[in-house]
Amino acid sequence: MTRDAGFDDFLDAVEAGEPYYLESPDGETYLPPRPYDPATGRADLTEQPLPEVGELLTHTTTQIPAPQFDDDAPYVTAVASFGPVSLTGQLQQIPSDAVEIGQRVTLGVGRSATHDERVLVFSPP
Amino acid sequence: MFVRAKPYTANGTDNSRPSPDHVCGSRPRIQNSSGGCFQAARGGHQPRATPGLRGRRAAVNLWLRFDRGSWRVDVTDVPVAGVGMTPFGRHAERTGRDLFAEAATRAFDDAGVDREAVEEVFFGNFMGEFAETQGHQGPLAAEMAGVDAPATRLESACASSGAAIRYGVERIRGGADVVLVGGAERMNNLSTADTTEALAAAADALWESRAGMTFPGAYALMANRYFELFGGDREDLAHISVKNHANALENDLAQYQRALTVEDVLGATQISSPFGLYDCSPISDGASAAVLVSESYAETHGLDTPVRITGTGQGSDRFALQDRESMVSTPAAERAGERAFAQADIGPNDVDVAEVHDCFTIAEVLALEALGFYEPGTAIGAARRGETTADGDLPVNLSGGLKAKGHPVGATGCAQLSELTKLLRGDHVNSDVVSDATVGVTHNAGGTVASCVVHVLEADG
Repeated sequence: MTRDAGFDDFLDAVEAGEPYYLESPDGETYLPPRPYDPATGRADLTEQPLPEVGELLTHTTTQIPAPQFDDDAPYVTAVASFGPVSLTGQLQQIPSDAVEIGQRVTLGVGRSATHDERVLVFSPP
Repeated sequence: MFVRAKPYTANGTDNSRPSPDHVCGSRPRIQNSSGGCFQAARGGHQPRATPGLRGRRAAVNLWLRFDRGSWRVDVTDVPVAGVGMTPFGRHAERTGRDLFAEAATRAFDDAGVDREAVEEVFFGNFMGEFAETQGHQGPLAAEMAGVDAPATRLESACASSGAAIRYGVERIRGGADVVLVGGAERMNNLSTADTTEALAAAADALWESRAGMTFPGAYALMANRYFELFGGDREDLAHISVKNHANALENDLAQYQRALTVEDVLGATQISSPFGLYDCSPISDGASAAVLVSESYAETHGLDTPVRITGTGQGSDRFALQDRESMVSTPAAERAGERAFAQADIGPNDVDVAEVHDCFTIAEVLALEALGFYEPGTAIGAARRGETTADGDLPVNLSGGLKAKGHPVGATGCAQLSELTKLLRGDHVNSDVVSDATVGVTHNAGGTVASCVVHVLEADG
């Protein structure tokens, strides 16, 4: 699979234990790929370390997946806040009936069962 | 003082419109010589273009007014000359072009307007490349409608034909006399899995789809967040589905003319928690069309156009759900509604009936709050309390909504216009429910409401 610059770089960084987000001089925060500050057009966004622990904002257990996740269903998709940015990922090591909004999670990279593609995952700290 | 505007270059954005402050509300007003203004009576209020005043075709269908030292623009109403749609449902073997030809024919028949009069076509379609390996659908749609005019396809996910209407309205205001708008979608030729994949293309391919987020999943994330912040439960949502199915019982254009009970909804196959099958709009094939005309054209051709589009608004939001300030509000819809209401010079309390984008049950809740019918966190129980049912204070989705009427994505926005026009004209099967209604609103959302188009329709009282 051809890499998606910026996004796959982010997954690399998560796997290396150095996840980051982008911050503008004005303190606005973004996720890559974002070559320019959308407010100014300047290429002055800087990488900042992502907090290690996030908090689940919401979640859902998906029974009917897209074909890329046929063999993964059912799985739990969630959005978690990591301070300056939020991320969407799949929950691991937490049974779907034990998931709670507000739960603390860490960020990682897993593999889909269907196509062995990299997937952002959330796990208990 | 009003003067007819000379040809102008419109940039097509809402930002180009004067704010309500500037025009004292864009509901047609007559200004006195001192620069103040007062509102004309409803009906016959609009400064109409007479043949003598209209002059060359290059004239524009809006008015300039001198206010506080500068010229301001007042937008004109856009009469809906005719509407048409195919029955929505499972027509797996019918192509999108075939479906649109039928919808356009119905719209022309309804309008009593010659195809030769059409000056431009705006056509909504979302997943043509995926479902039919067919792109470049603007001229194809025009050809199938029998129209020889510039034609453009608009893609804004589920709001595609809502956007087509908006561009049609702006084109009429820009000087055209007749515009054909509409949309079509063929979905049932794909498997459920492939349709799920196609619909997911409206989400962020990197940050959402690659995490396995489906569209039911995206709205499920919003629903669970809503429950967490405001309360409510699956049974509240079930009442929305029951209501919209009840509204569609006599609507022959609806995909489902079948009543549901709350128990049916709660016991349905799980799709993405908290949604079961009946919280989700169906996979549908269908098309819709409308013929929009200028007021002068309607007048000079003796058209009966009791319903007019008096406000149009469109809004956008951060694309991915995770990047929004809130997952339980839809600012794109708020902005679209504010703009449409301001143009029409009405507020939520003036609305008699609404067709809103209930692709999933929670979406109807978010729409009602975004449009100002309810405070945040309070629309969840509206259907359960009977406030939005056919006999409620604000009947919502009398057509059956996306939930029961069906949701052929690119056709949905114009189908809302078609159904609401008929409801206000009095020739919809459910018109008797709102026999005194004169003001209606359509709300057509794309994606997880990263885009939204709102229109205000008004009928002669």
